[in-house]
Amino acid sequence: MTTQVHRHLDEELDLLRDTVLRLGGEAEAALRHAMHALVDRDVAVAREVLEHDDAVDALEVEVDRQCIDIFVLRQPAARDLRFVMSVAKTAPLLERIADHACNIARSAIDLAQEPELKDHIRIGEMGEIASSMLAAALDAFTKSDANAAREIIKRDAEINDLYNDIFSELIGMMVTEPATATRDARLLLVAKHLERIGDYVTDISELTVYMAEAAIIKHQRGNV
Amino acid sequence: MSTPTAKMTPKFDIRNNSVSERRPAKISVNDLNFYYGRNQALHDISLELPERMVTAFIGPSGCGKTTFLRTLNRMNDVIPGTRVDGEVLIDGENIYASGADVVDLRRKVGMVFQKSNPFPKSIFDNVAYGLRINGLTRNRAGLAERVEEALTNAALWSEVKDRLNSSALGLSGGQQQRLCIARALAIRPEVILMDEPASALDPIATSKIEELIFDLKKQYTIAIVTHNMQQAARVSDFTAFFLLGKLIEVNTTETMFTAPEQKLTEDYITGRFG
Repeated sequence: MTTQVHRHLDEELDLLRDTVLRLGGEAEAALRHAMHALVDRDVAVAREVLEHDDAVDALEVEVDRQCIDIFVLRQPAARDLRFVMSVAKTAPLLERIADHACNIARSAIDLAQEPELKDHIRIGEMGEIASSMLAAALDAFTKSDANAAREIIKRDAEINDLYNDIFSELIGMMVTEPATATRDARLLLVAKHLERIGDYVTDISELTVYMAEAAIIKHQRGNV
Repeated sequence: MSTPTAKMTPKFDIRNNSVSERRPAKISVNDLNFYYGRNQALHDISLELPERMVTAFIGPSGCGKTTFLRTLNRMNDVIPGTRVDGEVLIDGENIYASGADVVDLRRKVGMVFQKSNPFPKSIFDNVAYGLRINGLTRNRAGLAERVEEALTNAALWSEVKDRLNSSALGLSGGQQQRLCIARALAIRPEVILMDEPASALDPIATSKIEELIFDLKKQYTIAIVTHNMQQAARVSDFTAFFLLGKLIEVNTTETMFTAPEQKLTEDYITGRFG
């Protein structure tokens, strides 16, 4: 038998889960659209990403408000505490992912004025990896699946390696084709945004492990 | 660890590095069973209470936590028809051994009850009572010194020093409870048992009692029964969860409230428990 009071807590936790997943969905969409705008030179979509950012910010504030209410009014413990704590720490990460997506969208607008991207620059591939990692991280968070979260953390190396390759490639192009330096620098920034998104996805996955198992694995990559 | 039948020693988890020091057990309870007539109220309880730390007992009404607390100074002996087996070692001595001195035990293990119960005497005489009947002071000056010490340790001295001869019944509920703590402290016990000491108090008086517990653990081993889980979380180093007369889990308080090992504990702590 569960008491009436705790039915209310369950409802509030469900609502919080919905809100943070909406925020996650927005971050995911912002990244996907920003990468589409970049690769397909679609300035209109890039502008939509920028215009939508206020809604993302509002959702983060809403998550904060709900978390504070639950902490103050419900004093959650054990798995409830870990869930609310993880959500409170995940929301700003999602908001920052959306901010990085906005920066990519700005670069997409600037790059659309320049000659087309060279096919061999693997920025699109890096964006695909970041997007799929984010989707998988949100899925693991939803299911409180620590094993899946650990697999995502391992994938961060993939995105870091790709970043290093792209970095070398772009620097090389700046040297061999100085006329492309401005575009190369913008792409370098995009690659850096994607690399940071990989780091945030890793942080979210670490929080999923904490939520599911109460194990704090951040700053302990060897223990993943 | 922490299966209901296992010998339960508070464990030190790398996740909870705030408890950095292992303290020896002041009280060791081994395979304790307790019966009210034919009704068994406690089942095979094994538990250690580390010295100069606070251990909280939590659990729903009727789970046996108060009965267990009262076994630690043989307070249940006064209830007709009760029976106990197993052992409770305090500093290695079994308090249930034949020939154990109960008066000496209760001098060593003080108790504070849910409802403050000052005697209808002056504040001074309440605190001095145990000292007088145990003949623990030689003269009036020595007695006054011990009374002041006990009232100071109970964080009550500054509030009552100018009215020591007034009736204790004129004190507020919170002050009366701290007076009872002073009365327990006056005979310089080594262990203090507290049975829901703040359950009848307002938040300010409760906070004073909790601060007092925090100060007292520097000198005393404390066991506290509480229905208020936030209070257990605030004041204790270790928490033991009882259910239907069984000890389900004992762990560091941090672990109990963030990541309990037993599902029953988790359900109770999160309120998903009938």
